[in-house]
Amino acid sequence: MKTYNEIIIAGFGGQGVLLAGNILAQSAMEEGLNTTWFPSYGAEMRGGTANSTVIISDDEIGSPIAFNPSGLIALNALSLDKFLPRMSENAVIIANSSIINEDDYKNKNIIFIPISEIADKEIGNIRAANMVAVGALIKALNVPALDNVLNAVKNAFAKKEGLSELNIKAVKAGYDYKI
Amino acid sequence: MSKHLIKGNIALCEGAITAGLSAYFGYPITPQNEVPAYMSNKMVKMGRVFIQAESELSAANMVMGAYATGKRAMTSSSSPGISLKQEAISYLAGMEVPGVIVNVQRGGPGLGNISGSQSDYFQATKGGGHGDYHTIVFAPNSAQEMYEMAYDSFDIAEKYRTPVMILSDGIIGQMMEPVEFNRQEKKEFEKKSWALDGCAGREPRSLQSLLMKDGALEQHNIDLQKKYEEIKKNEVKYDIYEAEDAEIIIVAYGISSRIAKNALKLARQQGIKAGMIRPKTLWPFPYEIINKHAGQGVKFLTVELSMGQMVEDVKLAVNGKSPVEFIGRAGGGVITVQAVLNKITELKK
Repeated sequence: MKTYNEIIIAGFGGQGVLLAGNILAQSAMEEGLNTTWFPSYGAEMRGGTANSTVIISDDEIGSPIAFNPSGLIALNALSLDKFLPRMSENAVIIANSSIINEDDYKNKNIIFIPISEIADKEIGNIRAANMVAVGALIKALNVPALDNVLNAVKNAFAKKEGLSELNIKAVKAGYDYKI
Repeated sequence: MSKHLIKGNIALCEGAITAGLSAYFGYPITPQNEVPAYMSNKMVKMGRVFIQAESELSAANMVMGAYATGKRAMTSSSSPGISLKQEAISYLAGMEVPGVIVNVQRGGPGLGNISGSQSDYFQATKGGGHGDYHTIVFAPNSAQEMYEMAYDSFDIAEKYRTPVMILSDGIIGQMMEPVEFNRQEKKEFEKKSWALDGCAGREPRSLQSLLMKDGALEQHNIDLQKKYEEIKKNEVKYDIYEAEDAEIIIVAYGISSRIAKNALKLARQQGIKAGMIRPKTLWPFPYEIINKHAGQGVKFLTVELSMGQMVEDVKLAVNGKSPVEFIGRAGGGVITVQAVLNKITELKK
């Protein structure tokens, strides 16, 4: 097995963690890889926490639930606290330093990126934070390829004018962010 | 063929629609809500029937009414809602009217919770409703199988004039994965010799489960039993994976078969010869193939998201020829790959 990643995307309900997962899974599928996407579908609401799990593999995928996650996007501190203890060794962990205090997580192997600020100031729409995070994650994981992700974003927003350009810009900003 | 990244619940809808579903009757309950939501849009757009009933009970009886006219009809719900449909299922079996009922299982008993579970095995395979009847039960373990089994269930329900249940779970229903729409759209339907579709120019027909004439109900039961024997002979479906040389054979269906497969691959890497038999029909159950693999030097491990239900059928199949162990979690708890692997390692000792 060359490629096997269990990725969790977590944040406040409304931050777009389900869509971010969907984009990852869609681009993995376009890349010819196997993939599954599984949402938290409980009594989540705007302001509560939500997450989605994406598994990407070049082999058949068993469980769609992550028992040994190798990638995490934490868009808020609640989500980081919840999933940090469950991550596998050497996992890629991307955390939103715009609203998470870095000092609370000293000596932890976490990539802090001001995700919300990049979305708000560089992209001009804070709602694109999820896509900034996706860009940063695929750079660090090296899968799926940027082109496939951009293509998936284009298709996802095809019916909404202007949004596909904005979200593509957001993915690129995350991808190009110098850690 | 191009693939579509969709939820198991949506794949199920697509399978049923492609099979020529005429009417869908539903009522909301998590984790099957995507089914009525999707149907309410797509069925109406296609000029077919969608009704959100006032309860699960009436939705099931609407299936009975629609299918009595020979038209393809389906209902879906999750565990507590499926309990409410049992009366109609028993009547369908008694009246020999086909029907497709989908259970996207959640935790129970009672109202339970909304997490995926597999605790309705007994209900689905051993009756659920009253009377000497069986429901054909499919157990999909992927979005692809949600599509295919939904498609296939109508032909089988009509072939045997009996209700078919698709026993899924909240995880398979909610997850998305690539699905190939690999079935032909069904447009031509045979004339049904039993359908109540207007008796102009022919003798009237009736469909009923009330048989009061002396001996009539007993004869009806004998006839039904003959039909069930036919189904047992023809319709058993399963998957078999690396079981030939296995010393530990896992039996699991639906979501737990996927978790168990991860564990058995890891066990193989450790040099433990593990294999799996995955029932794709839970009734009729693959007793024969399990029995064939039982014997000295082989242990069975049943994995379920329940406190142990299918394990009883595995024991019946093995019939004392091998030890049968069980591991599972209930109430929305999900068994981990590691827990299954630990159990395999323990059995190996």
